[in-house]
Parts: sequence; C-alpha cells; structure tokens
Amino acid sequence: MIIELLQEELFQLALIAALLVGLCAPAVGTFIVQRRLSLLGDGIGHVALTGVALGFLTGTAPVLTAVIVSVLGAVAIELVRARGRTSGDVALALLFYGGIAGGVMLMGIAPGGSTTKLNSYLFGAIASVTPGDIWVIAALAAAVIAVVVIFGRELFVLCQDEEMARASGLPVRFLSLLIAVTAALTVVIAMRVVGLLLVSALMVIPVATSQQLTRGFRTTMLLAMVFGVLASVGGLLASTYSAKVPPGAAIVLLALAGFVLALGVGRFVRRGRTQESPLSERPKLRVEEVA
Amino acid sequence: MSETAFAMTGGRVSFEGKPVLQGIDLTVRPGEVVALLGANGSGKSTLVRALLGLTPLSGGSTLVYGSPPARFREWWRIGYVPQRLHVGGGVPASVREVVASGRIARQSRFRRTSVVDRAAVASALEAVRLADREGDPVQSLSGGQQQRVLIARALAGEPDTYVMDEPTAGVDAETQKLLADTLAALVLDGKTVVLVAHELGPLEPIITRGVVIREGQVVHDGRPPRPEGDCARPGHEHQHPHAPVEPGAGPLTGWQGDPR
Repeated sequence: MIIELLQEELFQLALIAALLVGLCAPAVGTFIVQRRLSLLGDGIGHVALTGVALGFLTGTAPVLTAVIVSVLGAVAIELVRARGRTSGDVALALLFYGGIAGGVMLMGIAPGGSTTKLNSYLFGAIASVTPGDIWVIAALAAAVIAVVVIFGRELFVLCQDEEMARASGLPVRFLSLLIAVTAALTVVIAMRVVGLLLVSALMVIPVATSQQLTRGFRTTMLLAMVFGVLASVGGLLASTYSAKVPPGAAIVLLALAGFVLALGVGRFVRRGRTQESPLSERPKLRVEEVA
Repeated sequence: MSETAFAMTGGRVSFEGKPVLQGIDLTVRPGEVVALLGANGSGKSTLVRALLGLTPLSGGSTLVYGSPPARFREWWRIGYVPQRLHVGGGVPASVREVVASGRIARQSRFRRTSVVDRAAVASALEAVRLADREGDPVQSLSGGQQQRVLIARALAGEPDTYVMDEPTAGVDAETQKLLADTLAALVLDGKTVVLVAHELGPLEPIITRGVVIREGQVVHDGRPPRPEGDCARPGHEHQHPHAPVEPGAGPLTGWQGDPR
C-alpha cells in the first residue's frame, strides 16, 4: 500500500511537506523553548492569519504574504519583549487578537475567501499542498536549517543566558531578531501541514519529549527532530488510511502520545542516572548547608 | 603594558530614580587581583556589571581595555563569571556544552570547533575537577558544582581578565578551596582578576587590592582590609567599612602604590 501511495503525486508532495516541517519546527523549537518563549509560535501563527487573508484579498500567493506579515509580526513581538515592560505582555496579547480577527475579517471580504479556505489554514490541509507551495516550503526550510547550522553556537549561548551572551560580545539584538524571524519562517512552513493554530505544537512537543530522555542540548535537538519527523509522517499516514482523520490533529496527538510515553521512560532513565553519580558528593554538601 | 583593564570615572547608576552607584572612580591595571567588598545592597555587584557594560551608566564613563563597552570588540580578553548559572527553559545542556560556550568570543561564525578549542575545554574541566561529569546535564549538579562549571567556562575562554560576581557565595568549602587554588595559578600567569565578595575566606592571600563600596561610593581603596575581632567571626554580616575613611576622601595607598 505504501508503495502505491508513494507513486501518487499528491501523497509525494504531502510527504515532502511533512518531512520538512518535522525537521524544522523542533530544531527552531529547541532554541525557543530554551529561551522560555514556548508561546512565540502561537503568537506568530495568529498574526500570520492576517497575512494569509491579505494574499487572498490581493490575489497573491497566501504563503508569500504570510511570510511577510509573520516576519513583521515576529520582529514586533521581539521588540516588545526586549523592552521588558510589564505592559509588553498586554501589547502582545493585543497583537495576537488583532492578527486572528484581522485575518477572519479580510478573508470574509476577499473575493475567493470562504470558511473552508480559512479552516484549511487554521487547521492545516496537507492534502491540498501544491508543487508551488512545496518550492516555497523547501526554500524556507533551507533557510531555517542554515540559520541553525551557522548561528547555532551563538544562539545556544543567547538562549541559555542573554547576559552571558552580551558579556561574550555577541550581537544580542541581531541574534534575538534572527531567532524570532526564523520562528516566523517555521510557522509559515508548518502552516499548510498542521495549521496556524497548532503550529506551535510541533515546535514545542517534540522538544519537551526529547528532553525527558537526553542530557545535552545538541542531542535534545537532534532527537526532537527525529520525533518531529515521526509525528508528522505518522499523522500524514494515519490521515491517508482514513479520510475521516484530519492530518494536523493526528500529527499533534501523535506527538503528545510520544511525550506521555517519554515521560514514563524518562523517569526510568533518570533513576538509573542518579545511581551513576558519585554518592560521596551529597553528604558533604549537606554539612555545608547546615553550617 | 600601560593599558588598563578597566577605567571608570564618575560612574553613576540608578534604578528607577534610586541611585545605586554615586560617582565611582576605579582603575584596574593588568595583573591586579582586586576584591570589591561591601555589605548587601552596597552596589558592588552593580559595579562589576557596569564595568562590563551590562548595566548602563546614567552618568560618568567607563572603559574596557580603552574602549567604551558598547564599542569594545576584544571580548575574548574578558572572562565573566556571573553569580548564578542560568539554565534557560529546561532543555538540558551538558557540562561540556556550557564550558565549551566559554570559547564563543574566540570562535568565528563559520569556523568549526578546533583541536585548540577542545584542548582548552578539556583543561578547564580538569582544573575544576569536573572532567568525569562532562556529559551530565548542568541542571543535575549541586550549587557548588554549578559554580565550578561557571568558572570552567571562563577558564575555557583563556581571557586576560576575570570578572567574578560573588564566586564564593553559597558554595561548599571544597569549591572555595578549589577556587582559591585556581585563582592563585591564574595570578602567577599574570592574569587580572576583579571579584565581588562578601568575605574573602580562603581567597584572602591572593588579593592584592581591596575596594570597599558603601552606599554606592568607594570608601576604601588599597590594602585588602583584614577582618578583626567580631568581624572575623565566620558568617558575620558586614555592615560597615573596615577602614575609618570618610566617604569621598581620597583612596588609601595600598601595596600597589597609588591605585589610580
């Protein structure tokens, strides 16, 4: 059955999209989670909806307008965050609501706009991916992976401890914008596969799963990418076998199931780990704490 | 070497209108081992952060190796040891990964990790005796071990000047001793050290200059003050400078001659 499927063009396109999303989203997600910005993807996703609707309104490819609007949104979010004001939290919330409401409104008045189209962007429609979409997705994925490979070392320091990054002479403002923009590109890549409302799930869940089992940053990222691919391809297959299964939801639920499984396995792994560590360390520290 | 590691003139910092540093003059020359001392809230931690440009000055100026921090480019010359290890949002990072990140200021973007980098990281791990824990996540270490990771990260960068914010606070006696030995070796190498401390403990013999901060001002600059009587008691809370100097009076002449 799989071999028959592989010969179908629609399935081939969907599979490529699923693979690229499964690889990119967790790679960027590892930095985002480390930076305590797990909800960044959600915010960008909301804003991207306005971009999609703008595409329909102006007759341009929605993927392209989504890229532009979500990158602008990501830059705005980063600028608000960097100011660190308490009102920033509310400012972000306003931006998100504006993004969704603006998207729904523009979609309503756009000539070709319909609720079905809106739904396909909100919840994903991997089966309707066109060759044109694939080229855009592939180019964005290449950009995302290039950022991770070239700037990974610097982004690690930034996401670990921003102050340390500054004291090491790293271009903190540039790197912060870079990670926000990369997240925006990832959102657009994932938009067709899992939908804007579930985009963030693929950036966060595989990382949360992976960190139950790993001990280092690099291994966490690589394993998260493996989990991301397993979930996205698995969800796609599930929806191919049964037309009733929506692929976006299947991918996210599969990823969540993996997380629950890893939680159990991780507890087991960690128990083994505490036995490895030298026991002599602990009593000594206790004495110090009392003193 | 006539250049200075740090030179602050009339440095002022205020948080939300409340003055924290009120006109600090401080020059640190290469090879000096300077302890910034003072009670909690005296401004000593703010001072080291201001020296590095991490906290912006509201008045006065400061130079790092002759440049204002914003225009300073040779950050590999500085090894900063913050008060605490920040472990981010829960993604594990191994001891080796964190220590290796100390090389970042020496690595250009497109160069992969080299043999020299690896050797520096290995010897830094060796120096703080964490080589056997290099694969463990830093999150699983005790407070004292995390402090050693921070020191190893600075060592890995092989800087000229070490800036340490309370390296001895809340760490076990073994780590304090280890820190003292490590610093002594650095001093023999001619490295410059600026450290913030509440009390010197085992570090005392290697300190060449003590700068006491009170209410955001330098009240003593020179020979490191020796705790006496009640002040020598372990755990004593320092509420006063040890030298009877009025705020604003000139610095005392220490072992180094005129510290300016």
